Amino acid sequence: MPSLIDFRRRIRSVKNTQQITKAMKMVSAAKLRRAQDAVIAARPFSNSLRQMLANVAAAAKGTDAAAEHPLLAERREERVLAIVINSDRGLAGAFSTNINRGAQKFLTEDKAGRKWEIEAVGKKARDYFRRRGFTIVGETFNLTKAPKYADVAAIGRKVAGRYAKCEVDSVYLIYNEFKSVMSQKLDIVQVLPVPLPAETATADYIFEQPAEELLATLLPKYVETVIYRAVLESAAAEHAARMTAMDAASSNAADVIERLTLYMNRVRQASITREIIEVVSGASALE
Amino acid sequence: MAATFELEVATPDRLLVKDQVAEAQIPGLNGYVGILPDHAALLSELGSGLLTYTVGGNSRSVVVSGGWVEVLPTHTRVLAASAERPDEIDLKRAQESLDRAERRLKEAGDWDIARALRAAERARARLEAASKTGR
Repeated sequence: MPSLIDFRRRIRSVKNTQQITKAMKMVSAAKLRRAQDAVIAARPFSNSLRQMLANVAAAAKGTDAAAEHPLLAERREERVLAIVINSDRGLAGAFSTNINRGAQKFLTEDKAGRKWEIEAVGKKARDYFRRRGFTIVGETFNLTKAPKYADVAAIGRKVAGRYAKCEVDSVYLIYNEFKSVMSQKLDIVQVLPVPLPAETATADYIFEQPAEELLATLLPKYVETVIYRAVLESAAAEHAARMTAMDAASSNAADVIERLTLYMNRVRQASITREIIEVVSGASALE
Repeated sequence: MAATFELEVATPDRLLVKDQVAEAQIPGLNGYVGILPDHAALLSELGSGLLTYTVGGNSRSVVVSGGWVEVLPTHTRVLAASAERPDEIDLKRAQESLDRAERRLKEAGDWDIARALRAAERARARLEAASKTGR
């Protein structure tokens, strides 16, 4: 039977752990709020850009430029590039596992028989796919801490450039969508060839520049914003997942402490009882 | 005719302006465009410069550069690559980048001329905006 001092030691160690998980929960809660604000702040731009792209695409429809734009060109899908957005650090529950598994399943099942490439955002994505022997064409770390548009745009430009040069035939974005604090949803969206929004033109425009020219400048920007939005969503989802995981860890620690304290008291009582019996039986032996 | 229309100025990471305005002057790629309510639908690329608008009789401005502007009768959307309020402009940085760009334009070198021109234009717009608002 473990002695009193062993119990005390274990309780102290669990308490320390609990303190850390509690602190991490608080930190994640604060970061989550900031990440959520960033998601909301980025929304007007991406929504408007989408609308604008739909309008311009409708106006440019049928022209050669629209049909021939390199980012719209549809090819036979032989080489698939997946941009996997994951976290850099663990302790966020099933967050990174969900993303990696989902991405792997998407490639090996839905895109079976093609050549796969991975553009990894976050260490967790890089490590997972490198271990499994996937081709990793690019890696970006520490992006989700405080996503900057310029950094994300660089990924977008690189990917769009490779697509235009026919190095890949399609690009998908795999990330965790921030649904609520309690739940994230795995989302897979096609980035390239750009799926043109289906909305019809809302007005008959005067074009200062020809619609084809506008389309050519809008498309790369659109690709960048789609990725940027995904990175922001993923950052918010990561903090939410970590917060939930740390909350669960804290309450588990509380359970363990309670159970240990109960055992400890039992052991203490047992030893007191034993001592009393010893004293009493010793006294009765003298009579 | 409505007396105002909605003006929205957004950059990839934030929404700068969302107001009912009486008129707006927007720097298009081919020169300034003045917008009043019920303007005909228009789409243009955005140049660099000072975007001014009138809200309830007060004139306000933001510096924008790069992007697009979409005008519809009841609202106008400006999607800028970068946009700042005049009080957010980093004067020192703008001056430095103007100097750098001008130096590059003067000395023949290995630079991207078009990019230097754009940088100079951007920096000038920022400095001009700052001086106009009395800083």
